[in-house]
Amino acid sequence: MKHVVVIGGGVAGIRCAIELAEMGIEVTIVEKQKHIGGKVRNWHKLFPSFTPAENVVEELIKRVQNCQNVQIRCCCEAENITPHQVTISGGETLNCDAVVVASGFTLFDARIKEEYGYGIYDNVITSADLEDMLNRRAVKLTNGASPRRIALLHCVGSRDEKVCQRHCSKVCCVTGVKQAMELKRLFPTADVFNFYMDIRMFGPGYEEMYREAQADYNIHFVRGRISEVSPTIDGKLQIKAEDTLTGRPLKMGVDLLVLLIGMKAGDSNKRFELSCHLRRQDSGFMQPKDSFLGNVESNMNGVFYAGTVTAPKTIGESLNEAVTAAHSVAEWIKHTA
Amino acid sequence: MINFGFSISKPRTIDIDRNNLHKSNEIIEAMPELQTCIGCGSCTATCTAGNLTEFNFRKVHTLVRRGEYQGAYEEMNKCMLCGKCRLVCPRGINTRGVVMLIKRKIGDF
Ligand SMILES: Cc1cc2nc3c(=O)[nH]c(=O)nc-3n(C[C@H](O)[C@H](O)[C@H](O)COP(=O)(O)OP(=O)(O)OC[C@H]3O[C@@H](n4cnc5c(N)ncnc54)[C@H](O)[C@@H]3O)c2cc1C
Ligand code: SF4
Ligand code: SF4
Ligand code: SF4
Repeated sequence: MKHVVVIGGGVAGIRCAIELAEMGIEVTIVEKQKHIGGKVRNWHKLFPSFTPAENVVEELIKRVQNCQNVQIRCCCEAENITPHQVTISGGETLNCDAVVVASGFTLFDARIKEEYGYGIYDNVITSADLEDMLNRRAVKLTNGASPRRIALLHCVGSRDEKVCQRHCSKVCCVTGVKQAMELKRLFPTADVFNFYMDIRMFGPGYEEMYREAQADYNIHFVRGRISEVSPTIDGKLQIKAEDTLTGRPLKMGVDLLVLLIGMKAGDSNKRFELSCHLRRQDSGFMQPKDSFLGNVESNMNGVFYAGTVTAPKTIGESLNEAVTAAHSVAEWIKHTA
Repeated sequence: MINFGFSISKPRTIDIDRNNLHKSNEIIEAMPELQTCIGCGSCTATCTAGNLTEFNFRKVHTLVRRGEYQGAYEEMNKCMLCGKCRLVCPRGINTRGVVMLIKRKIGDF
């Protein structure tokens, strides 16, 4: 039986393993965390339908666990890759007929943007923190009170030369609008402001969700990037931006500031390039063979990609790529047999 | 009285057909990075001069790029060259360099 190693047990890796197994291929998923599911495990509800994230993750995990020929190895980090061998932490090598790299992305560390005070001032949180608070039903200020004025800031750690992240992270605009709506549902009397440079609503139902946020939720959209945050004596956060549509500087006090952090290239990518000669893009994400017909292939025959390892993507896009990657693998194995 | 910027004597339209883009092209050629501005307003938000006067760095350099030079030199003179804007610009534009360049190029306009 042919054997494929899938690196990373996020939604892309799991979906790819299921598809490969259904074609009669033996699969080993190598996942560095304790559990499979990837980042989506930590999310609350998914845009644009507000589907609980656990519905998606649990269904995928159930399906992959039902596959006889899929072995899941958690707490194992892939270190070295060749098309026929994957070395994991501890030095063990797994022999295989092809490899799918589905190792995903890394969240931008908001502490690097010191001017926003994450990790320094109270009540500055990231979008990932908010998802966690929503899951724990614990959205509140550090003093336990409910926020009355909330700001969300787009593009934190994306589209920013200063932190060497030029690319747009694609999902944070939609996430920002979704989170603004969730906050407004939790705190109907609160004022919610989204500070943006461009609103990117590229997918089906996204623009409609944006319109709903404006019309039915009365969320205020200010076109301007927050330049700095400082604490006030009464325990609030003062933010400064330019309201670029009126051309005037703007300041306001808020109780809670949510930083919509970007998707950075995965931590393992550098190693994959150095030790395995897989090519990276300037953004640090892995470079597919080409953008159209070879978008799940790498520059090395027998090594394939699926999901956010090559660029920021939605869950739907990552799942689609996983299926495509599985079929490309099957075809390749057939030709080399 | 609030000045909304309307007047009957001067047309408000930026008329690209009539504006002389020669100077603005020279400026952009000398500092191509200026064209990468995404208009985020971080520079104006943090600007020392902009919080005290009506000076708006983003607006002035954008007008210059459209061939609207009138008053730009006087406006740029309000800049104290403190450099705070450069620290926050997400495109990494050498903003003080822009101020100096615009002043040099259109000083005699
Ligand atoms: C705040 C936020 C909210 C979001 N909300 C939505 C939403 O509502 N809807 C939507 O469609 N998308 C959303 N997304 C995007 C979504 O998270 C991604 O599309 C999805 O996680 C991509 O899955 P993946 O499998 O490619 O990567 P990941 O989820 O990153 O999974 C990769 C897995 O690989 C493992 N791994 C990494 N390196 C190695 C290695 N060397 N060896 C072994 N294992 C490794 C990791 O531990 C991880 O489990 C959101 C993103 C963010 C940041
Ligand atoms: S998706 Fe929106 S918030 Fe995210 S980087 Fe792109 S423009 Fe910025
Ligand atoms: S350098 Fe000039 S434009 Fe920039 S912040 Fe200082 S005063 Fe404002
Ligand atoms: S901070 Fe930079 S990108 Fe933003 S408006 Fe100013 S010059 Fe343009």
